[in-house]
Amino acid sequence: MKSWLPTFFVLVTAYLAVFWEAAFTPLRHLLGAQIDLLPPLIVYAALCTDVRTTCLLACLGGLWFDSLSQNPLGVTMLPLALVGLTLYSQRELILRDQTFAQFTLGLAASGAAPLLTLGLLLTTGHTPLLGWGTLWQLLVMTVGGALATPVFFVGFEWLHRSLAHERIAETSFRPDREIRRGR
Amino acid sequence: MLRRPHYIGLGLVVLLTVVMLTLPSPTKTRLKLGVGSAFVPLFGLDNSTRQAAGHAGDALLPKSELLRELEALRLQNQQLRLAATQAEAVLRENDRLRQLLGWQRQQPWKLKLANVVLREPANWWRTLQIDLGSRDGIRTNMPVLTPEGLVGRINSVGLTRSQVVLLGDPTCKVAAQVDNPAHDLGVIGPGGALESEFVEMSYLSPSAVLKPGQTVKTSGDGGIFPPNIPVGIVVESHPVDYGLSTVARVKLGANLSALEEVWVMLQP
Repeated sequence: MKSWLPTFFVLVTAYLAVFWEAAFTPLRHLLGAQIDLLPPLIVYAALCTDVRTTCLLACLGGLWFDSLSQNPLGVTMLPLALVGLTLYSQRELILRDQTFAQFTLGLAASGAAPLLTLGLLLTTGHTPLLGWGTLWQLLVMTVGGALATPVFFVGFEWLHRSLAHERIAETSFRPDREIRRGR
Repeated sequence: MLRRPHYIGLGLVVLLTVVMLTLPSPTKTRLKLGVGSAFVPLFGLDNSTRQAAGHAGDALLPKSELLRELEALRLQNQQLRLAATQAEAVLRENDRLRQLLGWQRQQPWKLKLANVVLREPANWWRTLQIDLGSRDGIRTNMPVLTPEGLVGRINSVGLTRSQVVLLGDPTCKVAAQVDNPAHDLGVIGPGGALESEFVEMSYLSPSAVLKPGQTVKTSGDGGIFPPNIPVGIVVESHPVDYGLSTVARVKLGANLSALEEVWVMLQP
């Protein structure tokens, strides 16, 4: 896979995820809250792509989300970037291939991103709809995001395997050094 | 510890966020609508998919069912035409009496049907998007309703779509009155974060006598919503602020979580 392809796929997924969140309502009717797919996506971007993709995802994903929401434009970008770049800075220490690690990081990111967004909204003088029910909504978002994170990893891995050239494993065998044995 | 490219990335995002949040309000609205227009191709795709699903459903419906529905609609149409004739006579009489008393003549509502295309992706706001925009004559603050009751008002308008802020959102306050002998006045505001079918009516008089089942409608104060649009019914009430005022819980007439089509009032 060429270097720009992962960025392209991550951004297209973010675009579709934001539209899905605004168009798909059965989950909201069932659980009383909509799951946010951008935090799981930023976890994938931070662990498996470069810093440029992580920042682009935070900016474009946040802008797309805010454009369909009543959020002030730009308020979702910073929380996503903070979550993404924090994970990016520690990615050498994280077992990114482990499903449990992906789930745990998705849980943390999906809990932190909406809390940071709410904090930013309250700091900038907005009055979002908050109450005891918000705790349930945050729980649904956190668990939903955690469950979605390994799915993104599996999906992108499949995409990578489908589109990338398979790397030929080099062996130490060299035919010109082969010792021909005769009788 | 963050390495240098991460610092630069974070710095750029922080800068962009600050710039976005400090933009003048009209620029922010225009920019928001511009960014949102990136989803126009998906609106079309979603619409086509829904239409195709609808056609497939229609094709599967048996003819006997269609004929039964047609008969029921014919009957309902006749009843509504009779009711409209009666209402027209009442309206004429009302106009004549208003003229005799020197009162301003009531204008009939001019409504436009809109389809709900998207809902609020964030859990802390209550909005939706409809498929009418400025090219259809939609302007900000126009009331939005269904036959069951008030839904909200237009918050922002694009060329082909508009954002409706629903009742129960912190930014949608409505002056309302209870249909009781005292015509108690109050303000409809947000209810709970999880209860989309309930809102709170606050600033009611401490002496207000409210009973469950009494209807609540718009009072016409505030200049946005015309009077007598039904809002819902009183479920319960209790005094607050050491008895200085009363708060009522109101069940909305319109089911906000299942809206497919709404009416926009063009000339309140």
